[in-house]
Amino acid sequence: MKRRQAIFLLGLATVSGGLAIACSNQTPNTANVGGGTNSQELTIYSGRSKKLIDPLIQQFQQKTGIKTQIRYASTAELAATIQEEGKNSPADVFFAQDAGALGAIQKAGLATKLPDKFLNQVEPRFHSPDGMWVGISGRVRTLDYNTKLVKPTDLPNTVVGLTEAKWKGKVGWAPSNGSFQAFVTALRVSVGEAKAKQWLEAMKANDTKVYENNVQILEALSKGEVTVGLVNHYYLEELKKENPQVPVAHHFLNDVGSMVNVAGVAILNTSKHREAADKLVEFLLTPEAQKYFAEETYEYPLADGVKPATNVKSLAEIKTPKLDLSNLDDLKGTLKLLEQTGVL
Amino acid sequence: MKSQVSRSVAQNPNVPPESSTLGFMKISSLWSRKGNQPPWVLLVAAGIVAIAIALPLAYLVMRTASIESSELWELVSRRRTLQVLFNSAAMAVIVTLSCAAIAIPLAFLTLRTDLKWRRFWLIATTLPLAVPSYVGSFTLLSAFSPKGSLLQLLVEPLGVKELPSIYGWTGTILAMTLFTYPYLLLSVRAGLQGIDPALEEAARSLGKTPQQTFWQITLPQLRPALVGGGLLVALYSLRDFGTPSLMQFDAFTRIIYLQYRGSFDRHAAAASALMLVGLILLILWLENRVRTRAKYYSRGSGRFNQGSLRQSHSPHLVKLGFWQLPAQIFCTLVVSLSLVLPIGVTLFWLLRGWSNTEILPSLLPAVLNSVWASGIAALVAILFALPVAILSIRFPSRLSAILERTAYLGFGLPGIVVALSLVFFGANYVPWLYQTIPMLVFAYLVLFLPQAIGTLRSSLLQINPQLEESARILGKSQWSSFCQITLPLLRPGAIAGAMLVFLTAIKELPANLLLAPIGFETLAVQIWKATENVAFADAAAASLTILLVSLGSTLLLLSQEEGRGRDEVRSQKSEVRS
Repeated sequence: MKRRQAIFLLGLATVSGGLAIACSNQTPNTANVGGGTNSQELTIYSGRSKKLIDPLIQQFQQKTGIKTQIRYASTAELAATIQEEGKNSPADVFFAQDAGALGAIQKAGLATKLPDKFLNQVEPRFHSPDGMWVGISGRVRTLDYNTKLVKPTDLPNTVVGLTEAKWKGKVGWAPSNGSFQAFVTALRVSVGEAKAKQWLEAMKANDTKVYENNVQILEALSKGEVTVGLVNHYYLEELKKENPQVPVAHHFLNDVGSMVNVAGVAILNTSKHREAADKLVEFLLTPEAQKYFAEETYEYPLADGVKPATNVKSLAEIKTPKLDLSNLDDLKGTLKLLEQTGVL
Repeated sequence: MKSQVSRSVAQNPNVPPESSTLGFMKISSLWSRKGNQPPWVLLVAAGIVAIAIALPLAYLVMRTASIESSELWELVSRRRTLQVLFNSAAMAVIVTLSCAAIAIPLAFLTLRTDLKWRRFWLIATTLPLAVPSYVGSFTLLSAFSPKGSLLQLLVEPLGVKELPSIYGWTGTILAMTLFTYPYLLLSVRAGLQGIDPALEEAARSLGKTPQQTFWQITLPQLRPALVGGGLLVALYSLRDFGTPSLMQFDAFTRIIYLQYRGSFDRHAAAASALMLVGLILLILWLENRVRTRAKYYSRGSGRFNQGSLRQSHSPHLVKLGFWQLPAQIFCTLVVSLSLVLPIGVTLFWLLRGWSNTEILPSLLPAVLNSVWASGIAALVAILFALPVAILSIRFPSRLSAILERTAYLGFGLPGIVVALSLVFFGANYVPWLYQTIPMLVFAYLVLFLPQAIGTLRSSLLQINPQLEESARILGKSQWSSFCQITLPLLRPGAIAGAMLVFLTAIKELPANLLLAPIGFETLAVQIWKATENVAFADAAAASLTILLVSLGSTLLLLSQEEGRGRDEVRSQKSEVRS
């Protein structure tokens, strides 16, 4: 009996000893890796995916010799994290999926002004008016449709067309999704609060199907659960890489339904590596990096003189409405409207 | 002698069969009456736990306090808020009840009957715990969504163009039940194993039918296990994000995420989370009321009762007879929906996109990271849960009760809320710890501690304190009598608790994303990254790996549990002789 307990205690001791060793082994490494405050490395918080960003940053490291650390999470989580960290944020650069998150960081007074030479490389509508963030790549809202269920000629030309009775129960949208909400904000800005409300109510009355995100809408489209869906353009291209037979195609609307939003970067004002951070922004706007976004993500390059990937319609061809993205920061108002109308 | 003991038990189950022959009653005051100081080790551990509980709460109060009162009132009094409150509460209740409807029969079938392939079912019914709820819900959708799903395609030749919608209540309850019932199952199983077989035998020998024995003896004994497991299920359903978001169900978690995501508004999200805290406290209060009586029933029943000492052997198995087939169908149905379906669908995705998978080389490091972090989380959770459980049972006071109760808060809150609170305190007050492994483990502690507390507590309740007292009378110190008597008996509870924490931690996402050192990738992180890229094959590969790892560890732990169970019986016998 004694022996059994001795063995048990021995086991317990071994495990806790091992734990202590593991922890003490790990701590110096990770303090170095994670802390970021003492190291001479550039720390990036990326709301964009690792698959996309990692190869690009590798190139950046090779080219400039600047070492980087990247924390990947969703754009919203990182925006909240940066705000919670406040002046102790280990991050130097925030690479966000959409302009709204960058606007939130700017409003919290956590971003710092970018040099004009960067801002001037993109159209004024694709950077913050105060110069606190700059767009790196553009994404277009589209009406994707199931090619087996509807002919392109039968598709509407405006988002208002979707409120007609023939689309009852056949449209999919993702009201909780950031890019959809940016679109609603754009709608409010372009047609006014009252009409935007009217549209949302009409869409809801028309039995529009709710999904969590763009990917889910595309799944539903390919299964024929809905006929058309309001999405960002590049998800379809991604899906086709894995499953080329998906019976889904793009349709570009002639109004705010095909607005262009951006993914962009901001440098935090707590950054202790300002020079390296500037170099990163500069690199992201080089033709090389811009081309990479065009080819890998089918997004639109924003820096002057770089063309989009061949199989995407060019920005000029799409009749994008004239919109000031800096007016799209009233997300609270949009959220309120979505809740008022019962869409969310 | 046997019938004498039996009668006293059967007539009055709340009175422990006094060890009057030993005459130790007075000594029991050493351990459990007032005036008794708990050892400082316990107090230190409890202090750390108290901090772990207080941090998220303090954070939420602080963030909510910075909202202007008019705005706050508008936020709280909206119809939508009330709707969400109702949805969440109703969901928690329904999910808990339907989990009980699955878990209780399964526990009995796999432990107490001559169910065929019992070993297989014992393991298979535990494994759905390893299915991340977002993966599980996604596969349910691809199987049962209204159009283009597997089921719809199957019945299409019959003219069914569209199935009734699975979104909303139906899908949420279904998914939550299928992937959380194992919490209750494990707890009930541990409870069943802790019941003294002599009690049931006594009832039977007094002429009770098996049914009467079940309702009058077994079920009341199971009450702590049922209540503890049910609490875990209810809180898990409140904290889960994957299912409500995919099933488009307005629960608190979904609203909280929407507030972060939609308006980057930390304050409104905190206010919602604080309301969720209110709901959790209500549930804890209700549970406490049920539990107080539960404690009453089981206190006296240890495995070391005289009756069981004399004739300890495993309880006899109920012959299923005619019920064998329905039982098999029931098990098959549960396992195919909660385990075979997710595995099947993920396997299909993996094979469909096999040529596109890029994730495979990075899987092994992720497996190691996942196992390492979750393993440490399990160990640390047990180490800290033990003092809390001991304090709450052996040193009952208002303070220890509050500590034990409020520990559950972290488990009921969405991961993102807890993670952000630790981001705030970590970055601003302990920057040298921020985004390191110890920090991540601490986050796990906040999130998952109650799982370990629950199982340890119900194990501890089944151990008669008189055993330790006897040891002390025989000259053992408090510490060594604890180590030699109580600790070995706590093993089933500790193993079940460690397993729960491990299997939940391996699925955890927000804490990993925000608090782990940069570059520390776990399997859950890889699933998330793959879905970000619409890479179904990669997501499937990572999901299957999580399933495999969890399967392996579950098997390991189950084998331990069984081996030890046998050893214990043996050791009890030999101790009696010596």
